[in-house]
Amino acid sequence: MSIAFKQETFRDDYTYSNSPEAIRRFPFPFHQDEYMYSVNMEPHTPGAVGSVFEHPFDIDEHYIAECRDRAITLERDPGRCASLPHMMDAEWDTLELIMESLSNSYPELFTLQKDGTRWTWINRPLDLRQSFTFGDAATLPCPPFEYITRQTQGDFVIMDQRENNLFADAGMITAQADWSLAFDIGMSFMEWHGPVPLAHELGVFERALKYLLMLQQGRPVRRLNWTMTINPRLDTAPETYPEWGQDRACVTPENVGEKVHLRVELQTLFRLPRSNGMLFSIRCYLASMNDLATYPRWPARLHRVLKTLPNELIEYKGITRYRETVTEWLARRDNGAELAPGTQPE
Amino acid sequence: MNASFNIEIRRIRELAPGIREFSLGRSDGEDFPVYSGGSHIVLSLPLGERQHRNPYSLLGDPTVRNTWRIAVRKQEQSRGGSAWLHEQAREGMRIDISAPVNLFPLDRLGRHHILVAGGIGITPILSQARELARLGADFEVHYAYRGPEYGVFADELETLAPGRIHHYVATRREQIEFSTLLAGRPLGTHFYICGPAGMVAASMNAGAALGWPESHLHSEQFLAPTGGEPFDVELTLSNKRFTVPSDLSLLEAIEQQGVDAPYLCRGGACGQCETEVISCDGELLHHDLYLSAEERASGKKIMPCVSRLKGGCMTLKL
Repeated sequence: MSIAFKQETFRDDYTYSNSPEAIRRFPFPFHQDEYMYSVNMEPHTPGAVGSVFEHPFDIDEHYIAECRDRAITLERDPGRCASLPHMMDAEWDTLELIMESLSNSYPELFTLQKDGTRWTWINRPLDLRQSFTFGDAATLPCPPFEYITRQTQGDFVIMDQRENNLFADAGMITAQADWSLAFDIGMSFMEWHGPVPLAHELGVFERALKYLLMLQQGRPVRRLNWTMTINPRLDTAPETYPEWGQDRACVTPENVGEKVHLRVELQTLFRLPRSNGMLFSIRCYLASMNDLATYPRWPARLHRVLKTLPNELIEYKGITRYRETVTEWLARRDNGAELAPGTQPE
Repeated sequence: MNASFNIEIRRIRELAPGIREFSLGRSDGEDFPVYSGGSHIVLSLPLGERQHRNPYSLLGDPTVRNTWRIAVRKQEQSRGGSAWLHEQAREGMRIDISAPVNLFPLDRLGRHHILVAGGIGITPILSQARELARLGADFEVHYAYRGPEYGVFADELETLAPGRIHHYVATRREQIEFSTLLAGRPLGTHFYICGPAGMVAASMNAGAALGWPESHLHSEQFLAPTGGEPFDVELTLSNKRFTVPSDLSLLEAIEQQGVDAPYLCRGGACGQCETEVISCDGELLHHDLYLSAEERASGKKIMPCVSRLKGGCMTLKL
């Protein structure tokens, strides 16, 4: 398998686009016509060939452009990557897990050679070759967690497990749906999820935390989360709100199809071996309304979800300003026929 | 990373009367993953017809990946697991084990760590001490055993942390006084214990009396076994009747019958597999995180991914 990597941007002129294959494999998250929070976690076992679930970490046509966009964000704000001092074992755990996974999943793109603790990492898409001593951070150009997550699509949090709780004690966060690592770092699971509406009352976080505390090595789990973003922008952080917040006011009936994007996060969780910590990967997929309209099921389903979505969620996800415009656009693509359950495009 | 491994017993060592050490290697010759100090594995032992699952702490160096070590004391009240390992197990035999699970982890924010072992309880303490030594952390070990010949890992510990190991030998009338050991410790100290139940309880009581926060007092926990007693099930909609064996969950047994039951998390949290109980003549053992107390009390619902029946037969609307 070879991937044709795109030259594209996630800011300024926004040249990001999805190929027909990328649209087809888009992880559309709505099984049914209404959406509500639930503990929608399942074992992260290999999915169908070509799907975003095929490998533990998914690499797609946006890989090089996403790594570049992360580098730009980090250049402007190095605090988007942070790690507390007791997380060094978890950093190496993460580097090992990602290097082993990527080199197994995509041998034509990535190679990991090991001679005891002398390791060589070859990343062909980014044209990198690095020899280093596993466990000795001085032999890498930057700390191990930053080193490997600069080369991986998706945001990452490493959670430390103690006191029957999970603490967000390290993170590489440059593609977030409006939350701040600088604000949340060191928080417990409940503190960090504090702002989410309705889910606490449903007991979702309490059950999710108990489930995750028992997560075992070699048995990762996954879930999908979603929001909407104007323009294909990865960096929608509170820190840069002045740069993108106003875009929500620019949606018109004429530009909905290209401006409004469904933003889906494939969230995966892995128990880390050395540190007993937990890696939380938040892999973001963006599809414009035009992209979704390729398959009639999707705009029809999304129309029904948005129409029935509780106001608390509309507000929390930042959709309020353009909800009506996008719902009307989708309504014209929904003939009202019953849709069978499932997220499939056809 | 695998969730389980087939291993070969590479070496058996008699450490003391009734205590054996087993060195394990992967049958496929690959390396094990690393693990964190305090981790245990679950061995599936072939006791007659059924698999018997016993948890044992990994006691070696967590970074050594070609060999894992466990030590087993023959239990007088053995349900068969430790007796099999003492009487039947031979070098070269192959069995299945789980990936490591750690329910006795070190707190990485601790400023000082007090590790206490009673007898064979030394096994998780050994891997914890090795991890602390590797991290350059401040720690001390208190090791209590019946007689000099039972201090089977004393030398390994001394090599690891010279001057930081304290021995208590019962035949010399030496005993750990927890009210002294735990008194006057600076904030940020964490306490870890593995040993006989009475000893663990005494230490927890002493800690509580001295005002230690519960979050700083740790004792070894094992993963609850996933299986249980066999029981009979009838599915009304799919018209099946079968027995759930001890080593399968109810959900797994339903799937084995070719019935397409709903599920998602397989850990009792998501609610997807909730199933209506039409009738049952045994006690429902609810292990899920989902059903409310009222739903449990009603006896009308079960989460087949983790819950089962104690004895008898149940009828499910499935």
